[in-house]
Amino acid sequence: MLTIPIGIQILFAGIIFFLGLIGLLVRRNMIFMLMSIEIMFNAAGLVFIIAGTHWKQPDGQVMFIFILSVTAVEVAIALAMILQVYHHFKTLDSDAINNLKDQN
Amino acid sequence: MPTIIPLIPAIPFLSFLILALFGHKLSRKTAGIIGAGSIGIISVLTIIIAIGFFKSLPEIKSYSVNLWEWISAGNLRVDISFSLDALSLVFCFVITFVGFLIHLYSIEFMAKDEGFTRFFAYMNLFIGSMLVLVLADNILLMYLGWEGVGLCSYLLIGFWYKEPDNGYAARKAFIITRIGDTAMIIGIFILFLNFGTVNISELMRLASANWVTGSSIAVLTAALLLGGALGKSAQLPLQTWLPDAMAGPSPVSALIHAATMVTAGVYLIARTHVLFSLAPVVQSAVAIIGALTLLIAGFSALAQHDLKRILAYSTISQIGYMFLALGVGAWSAAVFHFMIHAFFKALLFLGAGIVILVLDEEHDIFKMGGLRKKMPFVFYTFLIGSASLSALPLITAGFYSKDQILWYAYSSQTGSVLLWMAGIVGAFLTALYSFRMIFITFYGEAKTQPSFLPGKLMTYPLVILSVLSIVGGFIELPSSIGSIHLFSRLVDNTLPVVVTKGAENKEFLFQLLSSLIALSGIYLAYIVYFKKPSLSEPYSHSRINKYFEKGWGFDSLYETLFVRPIVWLSVVDKDDFFDLWNKGLARLALFFNRVLSTAQNGKLRWYLLSFVIGIVIILTYMLSK
Repeated sequence: MLTIPIGIQILFAGIIFFLGLIGLLVRRNMIFMLMSIEIMFNAAGLVFIIAGTHWKQPDGQVMFIFILSVTAVEVAIALAMILQVYHHFKTLDSDAINNLKDQN
Repeated sequence: MPTIIPLIPAIPFLSFLILALFGHKLSRKTAGIIGAGSIGIISVLTIIIAIGFFKSLPEIKSYSVNLWEWISAGNLRVDISFSLDALSLVFCFVITFVGFLIHLYSIEFMAKDEGFTRFFAYMNLFIGSMLVLVLADNILLMYLGWEGVGLCSYLLIGFWYKEPDNGYAARKAFIITRIGDTAMIIGIFILFLNFGTVNISELMRLASANWVTGSSIAVLTAALLLGGALGKSAQLPLQTWLPDAMAGPSPVSALIHAATMVTAGVYLIARTHVLFSLAPVVQSAVAIIGALTLLIAGFSALAQHDLKRILAYSTISQIGYMFLALGVGAWSAAVFHFMIHAFFKALLFLGAGIVILVLDEEHDIFKMGGLRKKMPFVFYTFLIGSASLSALPLITAGFYSKDQILWYAYSSQTGSVLLWMAGIVGAFLTALYSFRMIFITFYGEAKTQPSFLPGKLMTYPLVILSVLSIVGGFIELPSSIGSIHLFSRLVDNTLPVVVTKGAENKEFLFQLLSSLIALSGIYLAYIVYFKKPSLSEPYSHSRINKYFEKGWGFDSLYETLFVRPIVWLSVVDKDDFFDLWNKGLARLALFFNRVLSTAQNGKLRWYLLSFVIGIVIILTYMLSK
């Protein structure tokens, strides 16, 4: 079985994480920002899997299942909030929704 | 028996707590019953204790009860402990008994006031503090009571706080008495520093054993304690607060500013009499201050138009008599006059309260008149009070107490003719202003009609007090008439007997003279204020009378000497270093606020970017280590 060096594996996860981060920073649509956050979560989950495989422990996979369930919840809440934001502001542009700034 | 002594101050404190915490839930009736009932209970307790005390005399001269340790630091050990001897007993009796009558009176007097429960809460707190003051075993606990009564005095002068003037009078009283209290606490520090204890009897024993008579430290300590007494008892030069203190309700004037609190200075000097005997200079100063005060206040009382201010100046003057007695070493005479004064002055203030209440807050005696027919009852009790105040010979209690002071002012070893003359002139003035008040208020034509007549709760205390203002004197008759010495024999258990020059055979002559003086004062008042008022007109409008009316200009003197410079300084010195420091702090906080609040711009991606920058910095730092 072909084994990929652990450094490459981690690098791969890092690249996915940075893709998500860049997406989060450059996108203004909140749906896309949410998707970028999901990508970053998955990158973090991948690191857990890699570590679990590397040390031959089940903990990494257990952790990934945790992350999956947490993100499921998070997506449910975030989508509901985005829906409310859209109802209220009629837009999903995060730069336009800046009512929480300091007044002076 | 001694074990119930702590209950005497504890019960008023308890009812204060009940009224203060649950007062808004209680009906007026319940609040009145709790407020006055607690004082009723302790006056009964005081009588029980007094009976036990009389039985145990002369073997046991004081009871003491130690409750618990209050402060313990280094070699300073202060206990909450009470001790009761003849002096405290007399004060306790007056505070609880006269206090109870005044509380009863207040139930009706304050019935329509919106601050009814607040009033009774303050009054009970006052009674409790005053009892702590007179029962305290150590000087620090006494100081606690001393400040407690000062606080209650402040609260009750400013009781009707919606009038700014009342608040001003309250602050004035508080600040001026504070000047004296500061001197007093320094005196207490000196005593502790020298003897390492705060127990009063211990201090007195050590002071008489270690300090030489007339030594500078004894003089200094006695003078500092005297400062406290002068402030609290409104004596020269700290007397200006008392006339303004009349802004409070009349029962407050009767209880605090006539019967009890203002005599705390007399108590303090009598309690620490050993120190004053060690400092003869200060003791003569006490006599001279008393003599001057009684004259100054007597002239001022004669010039007042406000019924309560007449009584206020009269109180200052009568306390001047007590100080005169203390100054010549006639301890028991001072305490006796305190007791009798409490009876008749409380009576006069309560009577004045009724007059002012039924005339719809009319204070000016020249707008009253003719009340004798309208309210005969108040008239007769007021007449008895005034007669006692002006020492009407033989029948009134005031005669016996004041006569004793006048006699000792001359015959005591430290007494002199000058002191006696001041007292005699003061007695003449007292008779004159008392009956000026009577003739102008109750005789002549009615200028204002009373709107209603007082009820039983207000009149019965007057009856009891007027009976006491007469028979109270018969427990102590001079050697020339009757020679009964129940009171002085009781007080002599605690205080030393007055040392006289030995001129006893002249005593009757002096009494005759002071009787004649009192009678002639009353007669003069009858002539110039009732028969031919035109005779008193030129004096009433004279410039000197106006000067006396303003209290000899002490207020304007202090205004220019102290108040204005301090106000001026605080206006000029608004931005000194300390203010700059404080303002600088505020400005710094505002600056950071402005800087940081630009970061909070509501842009989500800006926040995210700052997260990332932060994480990069932290990672760089951690990896580069």
